Amino acid sequence: MLPEICFTSIEKLSHSIPSPGLPGFVSAAMKAKLVITPKKAVLDPQGKTVANALEHMGYAGVTGVRMGKYIEIDLAPGTSAADADKALNEAAVRFLTNPVIEDYRLEIVE
Amino acid sequence: MTPSQAMRFAILQFPASNCDQDCVHALRVLGAQAKLVWHKDTTLGEVDAVIVPGGFSYGDALRCGAIARFSPVMQAVSRFADNGGLVLGICNGFQILCEAGLLPGALIRNRDLRFHCEQVFLKTANFETPFTSGIRRDGVPIRIPIAHGEGCYFADASTLERLQAQRQILWQYCDAQGAVTESANPNGSLLNIAGIANDRFNVAGLMPHPDRAVEAILGTEDGRSILTSMISALETRRTQSAAAA
Repeated sequence: MLPEICFTSIEKLSHSIPSPGLPGFVSAAMKAKLVITPKKAVLDPQGKTVANALEHMGYAGVTGVRMGKYIEIDLAPGTSAADADKALNEAAVRFLTNPVIEDYRLEIVE
Repeated sequence: MTPSQAMRFAILQFPASNCDQDCVHALRVLGAQAKLVWHKDTTLGEVDAVIVPGGFSYGDALRCGAIARFSPVMQAVSRFADNGGLVLGICNGFQILCEAGLLPGALIRNRDLRFHCEQVFLKTANFETPFTSGIRRDGVPIRIPIAHGEGCYFADASTLERLQAQRQILWQYCDAQGAVTESANPNGSLLNIAGIANDRFNVAGLMPHPDRAVEAILGTEDGRSILTSMISALETRRTQSAAAA
């Protein structure tokens, strides 16, 4: 079964991260950083090619390269880190990564 | 077959689908009715089968098929499949069905990092399905074109075991003699998988393009037997439901 979401609900997902709504309230902009890597069992021909190139260039001691993706997400000022973490972990599993082939690490930073 | 009796296919159309018209043309050549359904539509209308065509939906942003699968029409496709309707995903359509969870596994970057646009041979591994029943059974492989950069089929070990045990692997890349060999594998797919079905055998996907192989002038007509298998299966269903009514 497909989950009951579509584009509009993806948009809502980002809106659902609550902001404090206090007039005059100013806080540092927050970001979410999502690092996505191919699972160990998944073939990573790009990573293999880059590893070979490093070796040919003479960089000794490199035993493996895994090529993934990095997604940086801007969050509204005052966003609760806990709420952002919850919502974006959900988005990561449903949409931003494919759990069949990818692992991810999510970090919320100020 | 008169138009009123012809089987009705919905061909989905996403932004950057590019084989939608090929599918419409191929099905009309084979005597079926085909209509395009825009990805924002929430219903499919009165149709007997759905084809999710090839292309580069949403420019392959994020992952191939990752965004298209959240298009409103995919909820209608999911309901259609749950009710036993026949759904075939071709190339990007296969990727979309995997992303949607309607088929197991995923399609990743080709092993050699190159886009492959060529004719390949396919061994049909299970003839007892609505997508394969009309394919030649004399051991001669069918020849169909591929055109993809991300067609390397991946699934974890337990999923692969289940696919084999339940005979859900429908097509495997093979050589001209029908032997499934490593050198006949264009993209690094596990078990040389070119196409699979779900466990109910009403949803299938494949990377090769039967829609581009229905007329001799294009080099091969071998794609016909996949699409005519579907049409025959639908005719059988219609006869059976008429008999039951």
